[in-house]
Amino acid sequence: MNRVVLVDDHQMFRTGVRAELGSDVEIVGEAGDVDEAVAVIKAETPDVVLLDVHLPGGGGIEVLRRLHGTVPSRFLALSVSDAAEDVIGVVRGGARGYVTKTISGPELTDAIARVADGDAVFSPRLAGFVLDAFAATDAPPADPELDQITQREREVLRLIARGYAYKEIARELFISVKTVETHVSSVLRKLQLSNRHELSRWAAARRLV
Amino acid sequence: MEETSDAVTGRRLRRRANGRLLAGAARGLAEHLGVDVAIVRVAFVLLTVGGGLGLAAYGAFWLLVPRDTDAPTRIGGRDWGQLLAYGAVTVGLSSLTWGANAAQAAVWPFLAGGIGAAILWQQADREQRQRWMMPLRRMWLRSVIGLLLVIGGIAGFVARQVDAGEARYVVIATLIILTGVTVIATPWVVRLWQDLDTERQERVRSEERAELAAHIHDSVLHTLTLIQRNASDPREVQRLARSQERTLRSWLYQPRADPDRTFAAAIRETAGEVEDLHGVPIEIVVVGDTALDDRLGAALQAAREAMVNAAKYSGAAPVSVYAEVEGDAVSVFVRDRGKGFDLDAIPGDRMGVRGSIIGRMERNGGTASVRTAPGEGTEVRLEIRKS
Repeated sequence: MNRVVLVDDHQMFRTGVRAELGSDVEIVGEAGDVDEAVAVIKAETPDVVLLDVHLPGGGGIEVLRRLHGTVPSRFLALSVSDAAEDVIGVVRGGARGYVTKTISGPELTDAIARVADGDAVFSPRLAGFVLDAFAATDAPPADPELDQITQREREVLRLIARGYAYKEIARELFISVKTVETHVSSVLRKLQLSNRHELSRWAAARRLV
Repeated sequence: MEETSDAVTGRRLRRRANGRLLAGAARGLAEHLGVDVAIVRVAFVLLTVGGGLGLAAYGAFWLLVPRDTDAPTRIGGRDWGQLLAYGAVTVGLSSLTWGANAAQAAVWPFLAGGIGAAILWQQADREQRQRWMMPLRRMWLRSVIGLLLVIGGIAGFVARQVDAGEARYVVIATLIILTGVTVIATPWVVRLWQDLDTERQERVRSEERAELAAHIHDSVLHTLTLIQRNASDPREVQRLARSQERTLRSWLYQPRADPDRTFAAAIRETAGEVEDLHGVPIEIVVVGDTALDDRLGAALQAAREAMVNAAKYSGAAPVSVYAEVEGDAVSVFVRDRGKGFDLDAIPGDRMGVRGSIIGRMERNGGTASVRTAPGEGTEVRLEIRKS
């Protein structure tokens, strides 16, 4: 069973998530601000951290920055925010995925398992942001490997944005679920490492450059 | 709020404490303009050599541009060797060019006297501002020193007028006058300017706060009251909460766009209306944007019909809507995971799918396809080119 730490400054939300996740994961700790989060994650080294984007003390991005490379835990960002700079910022900060707080209990359990396995989790909205950021431009890419997404990756992202689950995407494109996961992980890597103008701009808006 | 304004206007002009040689003006300017700092420094040196403008400009930046307060300040961050090098170049080049211009200096006293008088005159009007501009005692000391210097300068100038033609003394007197005027005037002018700036920023901030308070009062508080009144009707409560969430989100996060003119804003608004009308959450993702035209208007109507069908008949929430603008091509996908239906079994007289969606798209040169089967959910796909 995956060991999870919940980081969110709203006690009510943490209680709700706890109830929804039930016995599918083991919640080993909770935190309500950046300092608490860093302490509890270091002490517990959970498999997955559910990390709120907006937190007192610098936000989820600050937690990622302080823990960078010190713990093996993987991070799944959770937020009510719809702002591209929040979403892209926390993913570039090292989160393996992003889901909105309206996500259902079973979907969240599924997402936690996926992140624990080292895969990426994209919400439809995150897929939309990525498609926007990697939209075709006339300017030649500085780094073709990182600054462009492949046709296949684009198809996968489109289906995510259309509300398809990985299983449904696999069936639609006649590929395996594992291949879908590979494509999404590859997009995540580009999202984190590419210096495309749109991404740097969103990151700059949150001083993350 | 500060962060968003930064994002829009780029880095604000600030003197940089880190990596400065004198006051950080050149470095601040270089960061603001996005050029190498050496270019800016050489520009200052050349302007100084060619008539002293660089020196004046640097002084102006020093006085008028506020110091960067965000970055941690490191004391002793100056590179003295580099500073000496820039200084030597300036002095060396200046001594070559300025010598020839000394004769023209005779016009300076008149200029300086004029400027000094203007500044003193201006200050007399702002007596009351002085109270919060500077501690009084320092002000008096400065004023007295400055006035003495001005008077001394003018006196020297007048006294030397008898031996007209001795340009050297004229220059010295002028310099004394200038120094005096500068000593008196600069702190006041600078403080005044900075205070005005602070005042303006403060006003903008309080206006923003007032707008926020008004908005929250009109929308959020109102909705919360309605929710309490309708506590016994979970459907209505959900509808109210959803609708309020959507309004607040678009107000907080989305660029203000006119739904009458751009496609992305229009389809978001349409989804919101359907959500309000039928109480079913609609998750919408839009990629790209373009101006609305008649064809896109038709596609919008068809998309609305598809959303209404999904909300009314699918029996499963949420409905996913994905709209994409790629060059001239616009696609909209409306998908639900509900009960689906048998497309062939729909009676021909039912207008919903055939007339409002497929027919409307085809009349406008687009295509519509419906993929569904009982138990499999439904996806309506609309494609059209801009006219």
